[in-house]
Formats: sequence, structure tokens, C-alpha cells
Amino acid sequence: MMWRALQVMMEKEFKQILRDTVISRMLFVMPLIQLAVLANAATFEVKRAALWVVDLDQTPVATAMVDRLTASGRFYIAGSGMSPAQGERSLLDGRATAVLTIPQGFARDIGTSGRSTVQLVLNAVNGSQAGVTQGYATQIIARYAAELGARGAGPQGQSPTARPSVRPMVEVRTRGWYNASLDYRRFMVPGILVQLITMIGTLMTALNIVREKEAGTLEQLNVAPLSPGTFIAGKLLPLWIISLGVFSAGLLIAVFGFDVPMEGSLLLLYAGAALFLVGALGVGLWISTIADTQQQALFVTFAVLMVYILMSGLFTPVRGMPEWVRTLAQANPLLQFIALTRAIMLRGAEAMDVWREFLALGLIGPTVLALAIRQSRKSVA
Amino acid sequence: MTMPPETSVVGDHPSTLAIRAQALSRVFGAFTAVDAISFDVGQGEVFGFLGANGAGKTTAIRMLTGLLAPSSGAATVAGFDIRHDAARVRERIGYMSQRFSLYDDLTVHENIRLYGGIYGLTDEQIASREKDLLSRLAFTSSASLRVGALPLGWKQKLAFSVALLHSPSIVFLDEPTGGVDPVTRRQFWELIYQAAADGTTVFVTTHYLDEAEYCDRVSIMVDGHISALGTPASLKAEFAADDLDEVFVRLARGATKS
Repeated sequence: MMWRALQVMMEKEFKQILRDTVISRMLFVMPLIQLAVLANAATFEVKRAALWVVDLDQTPVATAMVDRLTASGRFYIAGSGMSPAQGERSLLDGRATAVLTIPQGFARDIGTSGRSTVQLVLNAVNGSQAGVTQGYATQIIARYAAELGARGAGPQGQSPTARPSVRPMVEVRTRGWYNASLDYRRFMVPGILVQLITMIGTLMTALNIVREKEAGTLEQLNVAPLSPGTFIAGKLLPLWIISLGVFSAGLLIAVFGFDVPMEGSLLLLYAGAALFLVGALGVGLWISTIADTQQQALFVTFAVLMVYILMSGLFTPVRGMPEWVRTLAQANPLLQFIALTRAIMLRGAEAMDVWREFLALGLIGPTVLALAIRQSRKSVA
Repeated sequence: MTMPPETSVVGDHPSTLAIRAQALSRVFGAFTAVDAISFDVGQGEVFGFLGANGAGKTTAIRMLTGLLAPSSGAATVAGFDIRHDAARVRERIGYMSQRFSLYDDLTVHENIRLYGGIYGLTDEQIASREKDLLSRLAFTSSASLRVGALPLGWKQKLAFSVALLHSPSIVFLDEPTGGVDPVTRRQFWELIYQAAADGTTVFVTTHYLDEAEYCDRVSIMVDGHISALGTPASLKAEFAADDLDEVFVRLARGATKS
């Protein structure tokens, strides 16, 4: 390592990056916008679903159930009528996202056998949204059913044990991922923070080096007695430091702006970030060796990041993917780091709990960087 | 075709060789860009490296500066083998490409500091050389200007001076005066002469044949070969031509690639 050359190279990089008004502004504004917008947009919560009601029963029991649905704040009545065909049409033309059909004899069946059925038809084009809507409806109806059972038992003077069949009137299956008590922002913010520094680290590295290629200054550096190690350190260290700075800014916004808890060790989190960035910058370096123009670099970076993000478990759980994707996804540093960040921030995990993620990041990062360095040496000769 | 004599060195610089190329070749797939060229350049010489576009000049320069590995043949630059001692070669050469090679978004001073530092100069060395450089170019008042704001002619002169900052023994100039006005070109050549007078070998490619007349010796590349090599006067005599332009056109017309 040539320390003098490294010093002036790093000075130069900091000056150039901070002097570029567009880039330096993006560095400060991007974490804020991404966290504010994405954290709110990237939720699976369904605030108010449009409900169409086909009440063929027309009894107080049926009306009370509909009231329960609207009173929950999860549903509003987009329309109602006696025609099942009309209900179907409302789903088709988009006026409603769910149609609740209460059959004739609904209240009577509950009175006599303690059992009845309602039909909920959902527009499931957006699968996760439909799942969440279904979950809400099922929960509310089940709660109402339980109340009916309890109340029904009282006034008629019958002991609850005399009619045990009333209790499980509607079967409710609860799945953790739409657990209503879960705060989605808490879950999303750490993940978004991670993809943010991936984006900055990888993209900035790739563009930075390719820009010098385009300008011809890279050739000037190649003619200079700059060892490959000094060149790469001079390029990557400033970007590594800046990425950690952006991570810190994002972390502050997450904790103080979004109430995301910081349960675990800050030191452990930074160790993970530092290790993760080695790989993220390595990918940027690799892209810079295969791209000749900034346009190409941008294109390749987005293609790579897309796969990264989709296979990271940020928006869609990897658990639900085919076996081979799941295996492949283990090599995705983004997946490991998102898991690590969530574990440390939300659950307060300690080093012993996340050694697997650390091991994975420790293997992936240096390997990627080593391959990228090898590739960059090849492209010079 | 005239082959250059193996070790022809002009009388003025007989002592040491700055560059010696022996059957240096570079092949790209089926295309031979540089075909076994051999020549010597003496220390302190101004050597004009001429040739039409595509004749192989840039490929040859890239090999001599260590940017490109030769396919076969050998060369020593500043006394070191370009294949095995590339790092030592790099410490002893300066390079200015036909593409502008300073950073537009850094100031004159910052560019000087960067390149000085890369070549291992201390802060004191950089400060004193920067002062000399700026006063020689009459740039003293412009040290804190961004290079991007300078006129092209100034940039080229500055780039040349920065390439000499670490006192290299050889400086390679690849079409340094492209796109520059005649007055600035003349000033540029005055800088070249000054460098040569200080003992620096200047290896320069150009398309301006009036500039070639200023060189101690010139070589003319055609289709990857060196077709002529000698002092401007001897080449004119050899080809019975009035000027180098005529020599060049006569040789280049026989080319198959350009």
C-alpha cells in the first residue's frame, strides 16, 4: 500500500463527491424520502376496503354484523342491494373490493342450530391485499359470532355448557404476517434502510469508476505508478465511509422519526453494515469493469439490484419461494443483512443469535470483492 | 519498404537509450495492429512518432507506457523491461493522452496536488514545483480555478506540465496539440523544447507535419510497420521530397488499412 498516494486519492474522491451538488444532495435527501415514502407505501395494511352488501336475510342480527364490519374502520359500504348479480357486477367494475352475501335464514339458523354461513367474495387480483382483507373480515365476524353465542346463552336462561356447539361458529385461521397488532413500519424501515445503502454503495461505486473511464482520467491513473491495491482502496474507502454516513443518517431518522426501536447493540449493527458494504461496493467495482459507459453501468446496476431486492425478503417472504430460489437467496447479502438488521433493531439479538448472518456476510463480501478485483486487473492488461 | 537500422541513434545523444523496442508486436484477434517494430530513442531526444489514423501509433504507445501487454517482442523504457518491470517504468515516465487527462471538477492546485501525491512527492516538493509550474505558464492567478473552466489551450499546457511534475525521464505525448490554435501550438512546442533541454526525452505523436519538422528524428508508421525513420532532413533527402508532408503522403498512400 502506498500511503501517500492513498491519502491524495481519498482527498480527491471526497472533494469530487461532495462538490457534485446533485450527488451530495441526493445523499442527504434520499434516506429521508425513501424512508418517509417507502415505509408508508410498502405496507400490507389495508385501511378501508370497499364492501358491497347483499343482505338477503334482512334481520337485526344480520344488520348488526354489517355494522360491526363498518364500525371497525376496516370497511365502508360501497353499496348494497338484494341482487347477488348486482354484487358480482360491483366487484367487476371496481366499485367494491369485497362482496358480503348474507343468506336468507341467517338469523334463524343461528337461533336454531347455532351455525350459519356467510359468503365473502374478494377481488384477489392483489393477492396480499385480499388476504389481509379476508383476515380482517374473518376476525370481526368471528368476534361477533362469539358475542352472539354468549348473549344467546344468557337471556334464555340456558347454561353455557348446555350448548357447547355454539362456540366455534366460525373458524378463524390467524396467520402471523397479517397480525393486526404488528406495526408494518417497524418491520419495513430496517429493510428499506438496508436497500438504501445497497443502492448508494453499489451504484456510486459503479458510476464513479466508469465516469473516470469515460473521461480518460482512468487511463492517466493506470499509467501512474499506482498499485492496484492503492487504486481500489483509494476508490472504495471514501465510498465505504460515505455509505456508512448515509446509514447513520437513515438510522437516526428511523429511530427518532419512525419510532423504530433500537433494542440491540449499535456496535453489532455497525459491524454488520461495515461487513455488508464490502460486498455491496465489490459488486459496484465488478460492474465498473464490465461497463464502458455510465449508461451501461446504470442499466446493469438496476438489473442486479432488482434481483437482489426481490430475493431479499424485503417485500415478499423468501419462505414462500421454490426450494432452489430459497437456497440461492442464502447467498444474497441483502437478505442476510436485512435479517440481521431486523433481528438487532427489533428483537435485540446479540452476537450469539446472529452469528449465521455474520458468517454469511463475512463469506460473501470478501469473496465478491476479491472476484471484482481480479476482474478489474484483467481488464487493465 | 525501408527497415530502420537496428541501433540508429542520432549523434547528439549517443550515451544512453531512453527507449529500445525490439520486434514489438500486438495482435488483436486476426488483426496485427503493431507488426514487429524495432527502434531506439536516445535520452533527451524529441522523437516524432507519425502515422495515419489506424497505423498502430496509439497501440504502440499503450504498450510502451504499460497500458497494454505486447503479444510478442520486447521493449525497455528508461532502462526497464516493460513486461517485467512495469511498475519501475511507470515511476519514470510521464503521459499525456489525446483525451484530456486532468479532473475538470478539481482546481488547478488540486490537480497538481493529486498527481504529485500519486507519484509520491511530499507537500514541500509539490508546493515548490507548483510555484515553478504556475509561473512558467503564467497561471499563478488561476491556481484556485476549476480546470473545467479553463480554455482548451490552457488545459493542454497544464496537462503537459503536470505530466512533467515528477521529473520523468521520458514523457509520452499522444496528439497533444489536437484541436488547439496555432499560437498555442507554438507555445506548446516551446514547452516541449524546454523539457528536452532539461534532459527529458519527448516521445510525441502528431498529425501536424510542420510540428514533425521540430523533432530531432521522426518515424512514420504504415500498417503496423515503421516505414521510415531518420532526421527530417535525411527523410526528405531519401524520398527526394520538399517537405515531410510529401514523404508522409507517399508512404501512407501505399497503405492498405487506412
